[in-house]
Amino acid sequence: MDQGHSQEFIQHLINGISLGSIYALIALGYTMVYGILQLINFAHSEVYMVGAFAAFYVGKALGLADHPGVLALLVLIFSAVVVCSLLGITIERLAYRPLRKAPKLNILITAIGVSLLLQYSGQIIFGADPKLFPEVIKDSPLFSIGTVEVRSLDLTILIVSTLVMAGLHFLVHYTKIGTAMRAVSSNANVANLMGINVDRIITYTFVIGSSLAGVASVLVGLKYPKIDPLMGMLFGIKAFVAAVLGGIGSLPGAMLGGVILGLCEEMVVGYLSSTYRDALAFGILILILLLRPAGLLGTVTREKV
Amino acid sequence: MSKILTVDDLQVKYGGILALKGISFEVNKGEIVSLIGANGAGKTTTLRAISGLVPFTGRIQLLQGETEWLDLSTVAKHDIVRKGLAHSPEGRGIFPNLTVYENLFLGAFARNDKPEIAKDLEHCFELFPRLKERIKQKAGTLSGGEQQMVAISRALMAKPKVLLLDEPSLGLAPLIVAQIFEIIKKVNSEGMTVLLVEQNARMALKISHRAYCVETGKITLSGKGIDLLKDSRIVDSYLGGH
Ligand SMILES: Nc1ncnc2c1ncn2[C@@H]1O[C@H](COP(=O)(O)OP(=O)(O)OP(=O)(O)O)[C@@H](O)[C@H]1O
Ligand SMILES: [Mg+2]
Repeated sequence: MDQGHSQEFIQHLINGISLGSIYALIALGYTMVYGILQLINFAHSEVYMVGAFAAFYVGKALGLADHPGVLALLVLIFSAVVVCSLLGITIERLAYRPLRKAPKLNILITAIGVSLLLQYSGQIIFGADPKLFPEVIKDSPLFSIGTVEVRSLDLTILIVSTLVMAGLHFLVHYTKIGTAMRAVSSNANVANLMGINVDRIITYTFVIGSSLAGVASVLVGLKYPKIDPLMGMLFGIKAFVAAVLGGIGSLPGAMLGGVILGLCEEMVVGYLSSTYRDALAFGILILILLLRPAGLLGTVTREKV
Repeated sequence: MSKILTVDDLQVKYGGILALKGISFEVNKGEIVSLIGANGAGKTTTLRAISGLVPFTGRIQLLQGETEWLDLSTVAKHDIVRKGLAHSPEGRGIFPNLTVYENLFLGAFARNDKPEIAKDLEHCFELFPRLKERIKQKAGTLSGGEQQMVAISRALMAKPKVLLLDEPSLGLAPLIVAQIFEIIKKVNSEGMTVLLVEQNARMALKISHRAYCVETGKITLSGKGIDLLKDSRIVDSYLGGH
């Protein structure tokens, strides 16, 4: 490879990791809920969509597009996180909790139903036409290494998602709540015996997963500023594929899966053709289900008795 | 002797089938009481009912303070441990992906007295020195005997009034079983009240003050541990006869 080529490659690498870390944030929400309820929460992608709109409306109300910067970014993230958490809790309470003892299939169908309900409600409430997300981080080249540009937006995305994931890691591994979450995910019945209120832990899980989607929704809004009520569909499915690729139920798996998917997409677009961009995720899904259904870092699941 | 746990006419149904057909017994402060019986007799179900894991009819009461009796049917299953019952379930129920330390830490989940928790942790390591060496190891990678030690220690970490143990000898080599029973005796001599469920009737009766024999959902015999060891009905059915 000559220099031009390797620099182009590095550029794709940066873009891919930045995109992938957003997938990872959303994938974490799928994987956490799955880990605790063995449920694929299809409504998660709509939680993410609603987060983008929450940030959009707050940004509009406060005129944040005219005051770009870190503070504006934090306000948007905060708004999205609060709204996503509330929505996540509501979905869990109203749709999933009443079905706790129901067959898995019923819950799965309910999840799809909630997802569709939110998509259509979004089209009624927000309107079907795309909105322009406030540009609170001006995307400009920050510095270059050779001809490789590091742009402010990619760097922001990387920093925010790294901080959030580090925070999540700390929460899950070094706090009482996090340890309780892992216990519930391992064996909810026994967790009761420890004095852990399983329903409360499930609520926390939805809050955390939805918050991550909220953060992701703002980052996506910055990267792809046109938002619409169906934006969750494709992006959500890709994040779900990332979770499956990493091994659903595994947090490091979701992070790894997200980054791998982001990188693959960027490389395919860069070196092959952008027509394959969206097909790629489904190709990966089929491959992983054929070759390694438990995912890269997942453990083979056994039915609990 | 004063009662600490009473069970009255306990009935449990699984689907339409009556697994417990009215079981009554009591546990006194400072005792080891055993429930012995064959497979499927209803021993585990009894403990699960006490811990609120299965719906039941009848009355289960736990002494609070000196004289106040608490009806456990009014307590949520995740609050039972806060009322003074710790349950080491059948099959150990350890959290395999969590470390030994995290398992023990969760045993004390309902407590807030940090300095006391640290002391109790040290005490568990005195009882089971082997656990101290394996504190950072994932509990699922331990041997069966070590996992049982984690399960018992985890229940002790709740600092209960009554310790419920469901078949601590299950699947373990005789030497380890003897060790585990020694520890149960020791914990009891330090003041812990124990309700023990066992299929290993001989070992259980040897260390028990009193025992009840459960047969297809009913209590058929009861008495002192040493007396039951010699009781011909017990000897023939559960001790292999002579
Ligand atoms: N979840 C369940 N659903 C249906 N029936 C059950 C369930 N759990 C136990 N039973 C039935 O209830 C009866 C009592 O079971 P239990 O587990 O209490 O017996 P046990 O005395 O603990 O037996 P073992 O010594 O084999 O552990 C058995 O007939 C069993 O088949
Ligand atoms: Mg049993």
